[in-house]
Amino acid sequence: MESYKGVWIIAEQWNGELKQVSFELLARARKLAGKLGEPLKAVLLGYGIQEVAQKLIYHGADKVYLVDHPNLAQFDPDPYANCLEQLVRDERPSIIVASATTSGRTLLPILAARLHTGLTADCTELDIEEETGILLQTRPTIGGNVMATIKTPNHRPQMATVRPRSCKPSRRDTSRTGEVVVKHYPDGVFTSRFKLLGLEKPEKEGINIEEADVVVAAGKGIGKPGALQGIRELARLLGGTVGASRTVVDLGWISYPHQVGLSGKTVSPRLYFACGISGAIQHLAGMRGAELVIAINKDPRAQIFKVADLGVVGDLTEILPRLVQRLKVLKGNNAGGEEA
Amino acid sequence: MRILVPLKCVPDTDEIRIDETTGTMVRKGIPGIINPLDLYAVEEALRLKERHSGRIVALSMGPSTAEEALREGLSMGVDQAVLLIDERFAGSDTWATANTLSKAVRKLGDFDLILCGERATDGETGQVGPELGAMLGIPLITYVSRIEKVRPARRETGWIRCQRLTEEGYQQVEAPLPALLTVVKEINEPRFPTFQGKLAARRAEIQRLALDDLDLTPEETGLQGSPTRVVKVFYPTLTRNTTMVVDPPEKAVEQIIAFLKENGLV
Repeated sequence: MESYKGVWIIAEQWNGELKQVSFELLARARKLAGKLGEPLKAVLLGYGIQEVAQKLIYHGADKVYLVDHPNLAQFDPDPYANCLEQLVRDERPSIIVASATTSGRTLLPILAARLHTGLTADCTELDIEEETGILLQTRPTIGGNVMATIKTPNHRPQMATVRPRSCKPSRRDTSRTGEVVVKHYPDGVFTSRFKLLGLEKPEKEGINIEEADVVVAAGKGIGKPGALQGIRELARLLGGTVGASRTVVDLGWISYPHQVGLSGKTVSPRLYFACGISGAIQHLAGMRGAELVIAINKDPRAQIFKVADLGVVGDLTEILPRLVQRLKVLKGNNAGGEEA
Repeated sequence: MRILVPLKCVPDTDEIRIDETTGTMVRKGIPGIINPLDLYAVEEALRLKERHSGRIVALSMGPSTAEEALREGLSMGVDQAVLLIDERFAGSDTWATANTLSKAVRKLGDFDLILCGERATDGETGQVGPELGAMLGIPLITYVSRIEKVRPARRETGWIRCQRLTEEGYQQVEAPLPALLTVVKEINEPRFPTFQGKLAARRAEIQRLALDDLDLTPEETGLQGSPTRVVKVFYPTLTRNTTMVVDPPEKAVEQIIAFLKENGLV
């Protein structure tokens, strides 16, 4: 076990550009590497990505392992898992931190199964146990009502996923130096049993609520599907994405990818703006990690107020249009601000 | 088609109450139910069976209370239910659970498809399905929101085409069978069991398998076989310093604007 050294992050890219989660992972892992006095390395898989590898060094990596191959252009479980498995077996890292995205949550379990090691999902806190140097992984469970700290004492690497946006990204520092190591593997490593046939954007408005800065969420309290227009407008003005409670999705007012909660998505935006959401325990499970919460609800006893920083008791149909109007004026006055 | 659906018995979150004074969860007396997200896997299996004929086997691991989850599956129309029950399975983490399930799958024979819920509403790891697929060495398609086409194996290899829900949109993927899929809630609307279904489920016999029935050693399952250890469990409390506003709309809007400005959000 002593031969396993170093902290790794699995960087994520989309269309050849690094996703913000990569810098969030670097920020978290930097602290762990610092405590251990071990190097921080990033793994970057993709195609035509040689140029962006240097960015990982500017953002905190001491070394980048880069695999560049056409079959890695998009996430494909077969070549991705094959490359990563090979890399881990050759280089023996002690800790791997990946993001809890749909690809991270697919790739890491495959790796855990193949390497026979532990994996802890959706950690909110990672730390190093002082006496042993072992990774302490803290995660919410049972709808966020219980927290558990978990460790992998006798297997390596120790692996964890963390949710996007659960910490601030690391800063760019172009004076940082490091090494980009390009790895080459035999063709067999890149073969796949999958055919990736295409990607369809579901609708004009975004559905990526997990990685959104601001989520404006609608509950049954908005009254009717037409009221979603105001919610969308508010989201647009705040630079956010629209979320929804399970009831609103089950009523067919908005599609499932917008659903926040136990049977939907878990989000941790900078701001969660809950409109007409009562705050069932299953819903709270999906949003209590938000940095700031504003809630508007008619019922002063609504559970949502228990997790809100600003709780507004009132009628949405009266508040929402006024708020939208007020924000429009405010934005209009910001000369040279963002486009309308 | 032979379809396997792994099921988990979880505490009914609709019954979970928060203690008003401590802010922690009241766990006592919460009944066990089938993991709500597994219902979508059961429903999809039933629909595939209706189209392609075949047989559906539900598999669960846990104490005898896990039979409840299996009977719920049976009442919806699952043909056969198997419970992995042994004290030596207790304390299994995701790796040990997937490992134990994989041995049971191998024992139960060839399946064209394994359908799993995306995750369980208690542990919420979403890891057991993918780890099971990897251990069986079959293609894994996660976050499936639609099965577009299935060609069950006859003379040549069967295949399946699905749509996955990803951050960037719906991705269309094709893979050869057998394969393991994890499905999201969007895939269907689970049916309610019929009265006859419930009656039959109550009478149905649930096959039990223990450690000695599987090609498995005690070191590979349960707490012993788990790479991870839970070292601490604690209850977070709902703590935010809530500022409540009960002003008329105009004033309330100003308060919201002030809050947004204060936090650099506008």
